[in-house]
Amino acid sequence: MHRTGDLYGHFQTLEQQKETATLGMWIFLVTEVLFFGGLFLTYTINRSAFSTAFGIGSNTLDITLGAGNTVVLIMSSLTMAMAVWSAQVGKKKLVSIFLIATLGLGTVFLGVKAIEYKQKFDHHLVPGRSFDMKYHPTHPMPGDDPKELALEKKEVEEAFAHDPDINAHGQLYFSLYFGMTGLHALHMIVGAGLLLWLIKGSFAGRFTPQYNTPVEIVGLYWHFVDIVWIYLFPLLYLIDRHR
Amino acid sequence: MLGTAITIWAAFQNFGKFNIVIALAIATIKATLVVLYFMHARYSPKRTQLVIVCSVFWLAIMLALTLADYDTRPHEGRLASANTCYHA
Amino acid sequence: MSNTPPAPDNELPDTHYLNATYGSGIRSWLLTTDHKRIALLYLASVTVFFFIGGVLATMIRIHLLTPTGALVTPETYNKLFTMHGVAMIFFFLIPSIPAVLGNFLIPLMIGAKDLAFPKVNLLSWYIYILGGSFVLYSFGTGGLDTGWTFYTPLSSVYSNSAVTPAVIGIFINGFSSILTGLNFIVTIHTMRAPGMTWFRLPLFAWAHYATSLVMILGTPVIAITLLLAGLERMFHLGFFNPALGGDPILFQHLFWFYSHPAVYIMILPAMGVVSEIIPTFARKPIFGYAFIAGSSIAIAVIGFLVWAHHMFVTGESTYAALTFSFLSYLVAIPSAIKVFNWTSTLYKGSISWDPPMIYALGFIGLFVIGGLTGLFLACLGLDIHIHDTYFVVAHFHYIMVGGAVMGYVGGLHFWWPKITGRLYPESLSRAAAVVLFIGFNLTFFPQFILGYLGMPRRYHTYPPEFQVLNVLSTAGASILALGYLLPMIYLTWSMRYGKVAGQNPWPATGLEWKTDSPPPTENFHVTPEVTWEPYDFQNRPDLGLSAGARPLAPAHGDD
Repeated sequence: MHRTGDLYGHFQTLEQQKETATLGMWIFLVTEVLFFGGLFLTYTINRSAFSTAFGIGSNTLDITLGAGNTVVLIMSSLTMAMAVWSAQVGKKKLVSIFLIATLGLGTVFLGVKAIEYKQKFDHHLVPGRSFDMKYHPTHPMPGDDPKELALEKKEVEEAFAHDPDINAHGQLYFSLYFGMTGLHALHMIVGAGLLLWLIKGSFAGRFTPQYNTPVEIVGLYWHFVDIVWIYLFPLLYLIDRHR
Repeated sequence: MLGTAITIWAAFQNFGKFNIVIALAIATIKATLVVLYFMHARYSPKRTQLVIVCSVFWLAIMLALTLADYDTRPHEGRLASANTCYHA
Repeated sequence: MSNTPPAPDNELPDTHYLNATYGSGIRSWLLTTDHKRIALLYLASVTVFFFIGGVLATMIRIHLLTPTGALVTPETYNKLFTMHGVAMIFFFLIPSIPAVLGNFLIPLMIGAKDLAFPKVNLLSWYIYILGGSFVLYSFGTGGLDTGWTFYTPLSSVYSNSAVTPAVIGIFINGFSSILTGLNFIVTIHTMRAPGMTWFRLPLFAWAHYATSLVMILGTPVIAITLLLAGLERMFHLGFFNPALGGDPILFQHLFWFYSHPAVYIMILPAMGVVSEIIPTFARKPIFGYAFIAGSSIAIAVIGFLVWAHHMFVTGESTYAALTFSFLSYLVAIPSAIKVFNWTSTLYKGSISWDPPMIYALGFIGLFVIGGLTGLFLACLGLDIHIHDTYFVVAHFHYIMVGGAVMGYVGGLHFWWPKITGRLYPESLSRAAAVVLFIGFNLTFFPQFILGYLGMPRRYHTYPPEFQVLNVLSTAGASILALGYLLPMIYLTWSMRYGKVAGQNPWPATGLEWKTDSPPPTENFHVTPEVTWEPYDFQNRPDLGLSAGARPLAPAHGDD
């Protein structure tokens, strides 16, 4: 359809166009809720059956990195909201600054996730042929705290005594860990791409108080990705920390 | 931020079998704040608010009715019921 | 009304969406954002998949002519019924009415220039083609033998067929469905013409709104389910594999959470078509408009609460089974309300036997049979006996073929003059409709009896005492095939040689009939303003009915 300025030809007014775009993004987010929801259901069923394996699996995750990432992501949501506000009040320079900040924080998040994934790979905790929950306690890596390692070894041995299939059940945990955080990270990468596109537009001065719909709807998407992580963090990292 | 700090502190406490409930409750409060204020749901038309409520409701249907099946079966420490005709 | 005078009834308009020149030839079709052209792109693609599914069905029926199976090996037989199901359900039934008729008509019906997101609409079609390509690749490189239901661990561990590309294809195709549904919901909310209030919307629009709700709430779940099954197959994970601690029943819960509402995606649009056809050919306002609109939404909602009735024999808990059985009875009620309303519309109407009407009446009869037999299946005790037999096969074919496909073909016949500007041969099309009806019943009614007598489904052989009924069914299938081939031929013929239709040949009361046939690219020369109630034959002098040969029926019979 043809476009005159910002208005696409099949709409009557800019107001109608914005209403349409916003409703469209909200409905898309509904589909995302159900999409991740299937994973959350799988998680729930598996965790209630294999709580020991899930507890141990969770304890191998680095809580500092996880919590730090949570803070980073929530901050990026804040900067995203600020970007939307800046566009609405017409402060064009701030729009670019906040968008770049959001992208930066998002990249930090992804970087930390990459570190975490590498750690799992080194510890033979990636589901597949070389998966082995007993590997790390018996093969210390440089930089490991010996006390914590001993604790982990004790936990794993106790669990094996209790549930001889712990490797299979632990694999379920880690499949869900990689599946859920991986899907989440994929969504973040898409979000990063969208942010790049927005940053390009903001440099060209495209976003004004009259027309800032793209910033707003990418913002909605970004906040949603944040919310998914808000639930992933306790469910994956904090299962059994009270010991 | 405060919410995240509370989440971690709470994780290291043992509320017995309410652990998961507390953790999820805190997460839900955080999520609600994001939806209401960052996503401007508080200032959106009623239609948007209905959309949000419906998505949560549908997720709840899926979880609740499936768990209704699992939770009313005999528990044997493994997922699959022994009454089905295969053997692990 | 429009400033441009409508084209005279014996001539096509000078420019319309088919010959509009923006770009040249094939590029202007493949890069179009015009919802009407996209609808025709879908028409071509779903017809291809219908054909493929039909060929597979033919092979199944020929194989079942003899008790020991004459045509193919057991493994191939498994592939035949699997691929028939996958092609028909995911690539024909689910897109058919929404993507062809819905895409074409919804903007016209609400007075808009296009859908809310025209480019997303085109993307939807390309996603469909991509998904379809993966599935066709799967068909061509070893096929699929898991049943269209992909139950684990057969599909995720043990099957030796091309499961992975098929699962990828269906996953991708799901997004086509999601985007179409998203487009419809937003369009109906925000793009209605002035005066087109919610309760002046045609019931076709209400039906598609309800369908779109199901699409966006259900499809993501099958997407994630197939993704998990595919990952399990590729990386030997254990979600659904009992040998690794997983649970096949979890797969079934996740699968059916979508796949049951999916059947409502298939039937609701067909009900919408029937709700348009019946008042038109009874020359009466629809009886109980608000109830039909409301029952569409009710079916969409309650339809999400019944999925585990596909799992009664899997060892699910008694309490869950009771709940789902009860809810399954409940979901029949809104469908029944529709049937009563359609019948009441016919009462004391001025009935005319145009081809769309024959399809719509056929729909009502066959849907009632199919729907009632669903209640048989919802009964726990009876289901133990008839689950996984031909009774189930007959039940869902009555609904999906006798219902949804008749609705689709009837809808094509009803709106063909609007889409192409031409009429098709009347007697031939009436005959084809009757042939379809007879062929259908001969094919599938024997299967109810077979199922009740105990013939299992998905088996390549059967006890010899069932042969007569199977032969009857195959004979019926050949007549059914004729019933489908005839319209394919004469509708194609009519595009070039059919009589010019004019703006409103039936005549019908919808907004889509107030513009040229075929419509201009922008749908309406001037944005319409709606001041009339739907199906209001009494107060529409512009339809020219009072001067016509057939009288109007009084609004509600002899009150």
